[in-house]
Amino acid sequence: MIRELSSGDIVYLVVAARWTVLLALAAMAGGGALGLVIAVCRVVSFRPLNWLAIGYVNLIQGTPLLGQLFVFFFGLPLFGIQVDPWVAAALALSLHAAAFFGEIWRGSLQSVSARQWEAAAALGLPYHQRLTHVVLPQAIRIAIPPTVGFLMQLVKDTSLTALIGFVELTRASQIISAATFAPLPVYGTAAVIYFVICFSLSRLSLRLERRLHAAR
Amino acid sequence: MSYNFRFNALWPYVDEIVEGVLLTLQLSVTTMLVGLAIGLFVALGSTSPLAAVRAPVRAYVEAIRNTPLLVQLFIVFFGLPSLGIRLDANLAAMIALSINVGAYCGEILRAGFESIRTSQVEAGRALGLTAGQTFRHVVLFPAVKAIYPALTSQFVLLLLATSVVSSIGATELFHQAAFIDSRTYRSFESYTLITAAYLVMTLGFRALFAGVYWLVFVRRQPA
Repeated sequence: MIRELSSGDIVYLVVAARWTVLLALAAMAGGGALGLVIAVCRVVSFRPLNWLAIGYVNLIQGTPLLGQLFVFFFGLPLFGIQVDPWVAAALALSLHAAAFFGEIWRGSLQSVSARQWEAAAALGLPYHQRLTHVVLPQAIRIAIPPTVGFLMQLVKDTSLTALIGFVELTRASQIISAATFAPLPVYGTAAVIYFVICFSLSRLSLRLERRLHAAR
Repeated sequence: MSYNFRFNALWPYVDEIVEGVLLTLQLSVTTMLVGLAIGLFVALGSTSPLAAVRAPVRAYVEAIRNTPLLVQLFIVFFGLPSLGIRLDANLAAMIALSINVGAYCGEILRAGFESIRTSQVEAGRALGLTAGQTFRHVVLFPAVKAIYPALTSQFVLLLLATSVVSSIGATELFHQAAFIDSRTYRSFESYTLITAAYLVMTLGFRALFAGVYWLVFVRRQPA
């Protein structure tokens, strides 16, 4: 049944955006935890772990997210795990994000000069203090802007979960668009909502960049 | 686990997969070229002293970079017909992808332009190079070298992003996965195989780009 586009539909879209945000947050938490493991596997001096992490990152960064989502959506039930689109989406996005977080954080860790390690060792600090008092504070400062930048990417990536049937902002737009037959205003509204979320994140990233730079 | 994986059920569809790979390559290369052309205007517009030129260009870049490609694609394919512009799926896909990648290329090219200082050009001229030699050796070569890694990874990202256009029914590699799935009912196998095909393409391109970088910028490093 075709009906007029009403203000209620716009409210529905804004409310549906909470799933976009929640999914991005879930992927951030899951991907962040696994990304930390990957970053550590990349920097420890144990070759097999390095190779494993490099292989994982290449696999994820070399395949389309859409493919990863479909493989998860169709693959998990084969292992007897019944998945609703929410679980498949959150898992696939977490594994996806982990590869990117892992690379960002490895880069940040390695950009702290080896002399900092040596200087801290020369001052007699034990390994864990070298890490927590000398290297990590500098690495975190370097890592924050690209991490927030990737979060923005993650928010946009959640839109692909609409294609495996997860009802977030983009899927909600498809539904409203089909009911009202007003695709331009509906997708336009969706674009504006994404813009507001992503643009705020990019401003946040810029502000953090300036503040952390000034703190040097 | 009681599922029998049957990848050999996909054997009869090799032709479809090859066709999909070629279509994806064609789409990626075409949109990258159009995107570079758009990007050149974006980079020039972003550095323009005129606010009337700068403002719309920056608005375009921010609008594209802060919204998902899928929504941009839906606006072009489903939204434009209500304004009387009706496009077939493949053309809509090409237009949406070009507009998208144009904004990203613009940012990369702008960074390339900004990496060249006027003092470098003046130094080149002072050393007695002609205007043409200065442009070639002092401006173009270092600028291209500076943006080469970003541009090539943008191309790989674009290659992966083209999979999204299957959602409006444009014909490319990911579309073939849905087709093979509908014929064989082997969903997991179809999507895994197609995803692996993308992996082969991206690893191939990364190796190619690294090889070209070595040949052009490392081996023939001007002394």
